[in-house]
Amino acid sequence: MNRPLTWLTFSAPSRFYALANAVNPWLWALAIGLAVWGLYVGFFVAPTDATQGEAYRIIFIHVPAAWMSMILYLAMAFWAGVGWMLNARMASTLARAIAPTGAMFTFIALWTGAFWGKPTWGTWWVWDARLTSELILLFLYLGYIALVTAIDDLVRGDKAGALLALVGAVNVPIIYFSVRWWNTLHQGATISLTAAPKMAQTMLFAMLLMTFAFWAYAFAVVFTRAQALALARDGDAAWVQALRKEKQ
Amino acid sequence: MRSAFLAIYLRDLRLAQRRRVEALLPVAFFLVAISLFPIGVGPEPQRLREIAAGIVWVCALLASMLSVSSLYASDHLDGSLEQMLLSGHAGSLIAGAKAAAHWTVTGAPLVLVAPLIGLLLDMSGRALVALIVSLLLGTPILSLLGGMGAALTLGLRAAGVLLILLIVPLSIPTLIFGAGAVSAVDAGLSAGGHFSLLGALLILTTLAAPVATSFALRIALE
Repeated sequence: MNRPLTWLTFSAPSRFYALANAVNPWLWALAIGLAVWGLYVGFFVAPTDATQGEAYRIIFIHVPAAWMSMILYLAMAFWAGVGWMLNARMASTLARAIAPTGAMFTFIALWTGAFWGKPTWGTWWVWDARLTSELILLFLYLGYIALVTAIDDLVRGDKAGALLALVGAVNVPIIYFSVRWWNTLHQGATISLTAAPKMAQTMLFAMLLMTFAFWAYAFAVVFTRAQALALARDGDAAWVQALRKEKQ
Repeated sequence: MRSAFLAIYLRDLRLAQRRRVEALLPVAFFLVAISLFPIGVGPEPQRLREIAAGIVWVCALLASMLSVSSLYASDHLDGSLEQMLLSGHAGSLIAGAKAAAHWTVTGAPLVLVAPLIGLLLDMSGRALVALIVSLLLGTPILSLLGGMGAALTLGLRAAGVLLILLIVPLSIPTLIFGAGAVSAVDAGLSAGGHFSLLGALLILTTLAAPVATSFALRIALE
């Protein structure tokens, strides 16, 4: 089994499965450890904000979730594109596995944003440029998930999903800037997030801890889901049969 | 190349002409959907004037999306779509011709009835002109994007609703600048910037959407 390691090594589902098995316990431990640490620093150590009081503490979940939602869309489009162009099954499977996690982070970002907006802005929702683009991002995720699950033929679903994800990735900046323009035309932005005062060191530290926790969680859950999808896909393949025998 | 484009374009127009009632359904939908708003929101002219451009644009978007889902369906069923793609002509040419035909049958009538709608909603003359120009620039974008959605969802069970979910997020910039042009004129500003951006979107979509559509068609027919 001492094959040289190339960048195509883990494109074989059996080897990817073994890799995910090896790293997943570490990823889960890292995710939980960092999340506990980050939440502790964020909720107990970081000082109360001078203008927003305690309500600001939701940003320790909100901001990392919003970052993840955008990065995961690009990652999904990237792997879907790789799978399409190189006919790499595992890359397409990975893209399918990323989509629900990305949609979940988008939803969390919107939901925690509403929780933050109620005490701070006095309303659950404003049609601010960022909120609106994030909502459209959620629609893009839902569209991808709906399309790949609606197509029964797996290979066609992979390719069609890849095309849609790539078109969506190209459109995200266009959507963002048009929404910003639309918003500034209709009403001045009530509160600008970019003009927020500089953050204290501990706040930034807690936010970074939570970001790394979300990264570890995203890797862990995507790997686990990709494993399940690969098993379902390759049900009759020799490596799945071998695994089945091992388990019995 | 030009003859192939024209042949497909004229064929689709001829097919639409033979099913006239079917071809007019999107315009009927457009009128019915718009007339729901005064009933639902209330008939005060002031309020209607304020939301008129948005209503017309949203209904035009939905009318385009609903009609475009069948753009490739019948050609797919009788096998002619496969023959067209095997003919050696570029897939993007076929996609462009189909989208152009869809716009002529569906988009252009929407532009034509828009002034009538504007009068129903008490729009001013200058706002009406802005609305017509924005629809002229914007509805082709909807046909092109919709064509891509129709190719992606070709032959699927819930193709119609799925297409709306896929394409509506992508058509939001068009809606923003289309409806925004009328609002700008209403506010006493120039709509030039909006028209320029709509034109830019139209050029970009004309260049990119047929290529993406031809990829989607080949994926669907593989």
